[in-house]
Amino acid sequence: MIPELGHFALILALCVALVQGTLPLFGAARGDARLMALAPTAALTQAFLVILAFLALMQAYVASDFSVANVVANSHSAKPLLYKITGVWGNHEGSMLLWALILSIFGAAVAIFGAELPDSLRSRVLAIQALIGVGFLAFILFTSNPFARLAPAPPDGNGLNPLLQDPGLAFHPPLLYLGYVGFSVTYAFAIAALLEGRVDAAWARWVRPWTLAAWCFLTLGIALGSWWAYYILGWGGFWFWDPVENASLMPWLAGTALLHSAIVVEKRDALKSWTVLLAILAFSLSLLGTFLVRSGVLTSVHAFAQDPARGLYILCFLLAVTGGGLTLYALRAPGLQPGGLFQPLSREGALILNNLLLCTLAATVLLGTLYPLFLDLLTGNKVSVGPPFFNATFVPICLALFAALCVGPFLGWKRAELWPALAHLRIAFAVAVVAALVAAFAIDQSSTLAAVAFGFGVWLIVGTLAELATRLRLGRLPLRESLRRLRNTPRASIGMTISHAALGFVVLGAVATGAWHAELIRTLKPGETVSFAGYDVTLQRVDNVQGANYVAERATLAVTRGGKPFTTLLPERRLFVVQRRQVAETAIQTNLLRDFYATLGEGDANTGWTIRLYDNPLAPWIWLGAALCALGGFVSLSDRRLRIGAPTRRRTVQAAE
Amino acid sequence: MSRRLLYLLPLLTLALMAGFFAWSLLIGRDPAAIGSVVVGRPAPPLNIPALQEGQAPLTDALFKSGKPVLVNFFASWCAPCLAEHPLFMRLKEREGAIVIGIAWKNKRDEALAWLKRLGNPFQTAGLDLEGKAGLDWGLSGVPETYAVDGNGIVRLHFRGPLIERDLTDSVIPFLKGNTP
Repeated sequence: MIPELGHFALILALCVALVQGTLPLFGAARGDARLMALAPTAALTQAFLVILAFLALMQAYVASDFSVANVVANSHSAKPLLYKITGVWGNHEGSMLLWALILSIFGAAVAIFGAELPDSLRSRVLAIQALIGVGFLAFILFTSNPFARLAPAPPDGNGLNPLLQDPGLAFHPPLLYLGYVGFSVTYAFAIAALLEGRVDAAWARWVRPWTLAAWCFLTLGIALGSWWAYYILGWGGFWFWDPVENASLMPWLAGTALLHSAIVVEKRDALKSWTVLLAILAFSLSLLGTFLVRSGVLTSVHAFAQDPARGLYILCFLLAVTGGGLTLYALRAPGLQPGGLFQPLSREGALILNNLLLCTLAATVLLGTLYPLFLDLLTGNKVSVGPPFFNATFVPICLALFAALCVGPFLGWKRAELWPALAHLRIAFAVAVVAALVAAFAIDQSSTLAAVAFGFGVWLIVGTLAELATRLRLGRLPLRESLRRLRNTPRASIGMTISHAALGFVVLGAVATGAWHAELIRTLKPGETVSFAGYDVTLQRVDNVQGANYVAERATLAVTRGGKPFTTLLPERRLFVVQRRQVAETAIQTNLLRDFYATLGEGDANTGWTIRLYDNPLAPWIWLGAALCALGGFVSLSDRRLRIGAPTRRRTVQAAE
Repeated sequence: MSRRLLYLLPLLTLALMAGFFAWSLLIGRDPAAIGSVVVGRPAPPLNIPALQEGQAPLTDALFKSGKPVLVNFFASWCAPCLAEHPLFMRLKEREGAIVIGIAWKNKRDEALAWLKRLGNPFQTAGLDLEGKAGLDWGLSGVPETYAVDGNGIVRLHFRGPLIERDLTDSVIPFLKGNTP
């Protein structure tokens, strides 16, 4: 009965969303306060109902109710409890329900925290949110019902895709969706603003926390996904330019651009129509990612539920959301009042440069991802676009972005001088050049680009810290006075410093791992030793191990350095019995400066086992840096000025005059 | 007016992209299908010994006869080759097709014995023991079949065994001069 309750709750949620998506819009257009007051109540009700449906599905998974088709297809009674729970969203239907859940929770959050918003804006935002919800709920109910029953119920299920039975991936989708769906709020704000015909500083101040929150979650989600690919796929890399990865990177790039352009709207009342466009695009790119992953239009290592019928639905939905948004944009955006004027060389100018470069990056990724599809359709030629394309296009634009990144914060609003800003950065520049030279001559003579990129990583860290030091007048004022200034620095600025410096760590990790890793693939018999990157690795033995729902071969690799024991690695190759699928379980020894990474491949006692060894310098910095980057976002989010609901009505009126 | 158009640009871009997506979905395209690098180009160089000792080696001259030619990579150890073998016999007997067989990573005696036992559909057969010719032709395994037109241009490339439908849909029309 519980699955039916979930199903009915979902149907009711759709009905509520229909009401919430229509009546408040009329109310806002007519100025009818009673209709507008419907929106927050409906949003809360809708969230309650979707939570109920989600819990019902979760109950079916936890209790292994094999009369539910979705549970049969994706769960198994022998699975650990954690993966029974995460199995809920480890499949197409459940992940769509998770998407709807997060969407409705965001809607409820706007209803709760948006009490300070003008009534018409709030009801419009909530109505747009609800219309997006209608799309998703109808999609779930009509094409991907997770509550469909199966009669007769089989005795046991097929189990979850073994690749997904991993703590890293268990929480990757929720974080990613928090990011994707978070952009739905900014989208709703953008559409509401176009309907109202007004974009002002107050609007930007309301939008920024939502953008920032979505961006933080998306950052974490992407980092977690990349970390998962690093240790579970066993290829030693962390980013493969796979269409699914690109699908998450595009909204991130657009969201990052939005984050920065919204600052200009807030502080200077300029760049309005551009910011609105970015808000529409960030969410559209999230939807595009969903479409690409689930429609089967592109191939990817992440085989998801690929179904042309669903693809067509998502395409129509994408067209409705993006097309509707962009049509409204084409109609209304030309009418937005242009705001504050500024010289090209100014903080505004720097942020525009930032936006141009970030959007070029997003367009590059979009082109690289879709080019094989376009070419195949037009000429029948099959190509695959991979790292060489992105190294040649993405990386140079990134370097330009990094070069400007440290300079921008030194420039003042309206008009600025370049030389004083650069003078503040001369130490950072010197350190970066030295780092690049050291990298070029001491580490790697063959790859100049890597050395240059390494120098840029150092530049980002030192340059960002130089900005903080200048702000605190470190060394010019007594230390105590500088610390007092630090305490008084707005959290938004501290957050910026953290995130910008963290980006430097990501760059250093990515460059070092990508360009300077060592790799060895060798067949070893027990007792044999191989020298690798200054270590001696001995395959001591390979044992059979029994896991909860798998059997595994586990190799014991003794690693010594200069005769002294360094570590023992235990890579496994797991065979998941139910799905007859093998998964490599990488063994990684890390000291935060380098990863020593081993995977166990095919083999037997007679011929030996294939062992892959990697020595990845600075690899942990990639994910620690990304986490730090998100942390910077959260610190900024805690800024009082940005706290949701902080802008008072009085200030709104002033800004909207 | 031009300013208005600028604001329409995102929408137009979307329309273009959506058109491609809809096209891709509606024709039921399989993105996992691997294309061929040789189709539409001159036949890759060929210079291999004949399967029958004492016969002249096989060279590019075979593609300069002005007639369409089929090139079939096969091996006696390959079961799908056995499955498509009767089709080649029929092509030879009924359509008078010129088929060049290339025994790929196959011992000479075994390949000859295989042809003797089943019948020889090939006008000439060559031996590619090391698989070098296969490399030039972009072979991923046996059986694979290429159709080369009278001008020496590769027109069709089949991975895996030919089936009845391939014959009626493309191979026989190709032999009759309908270049795909």
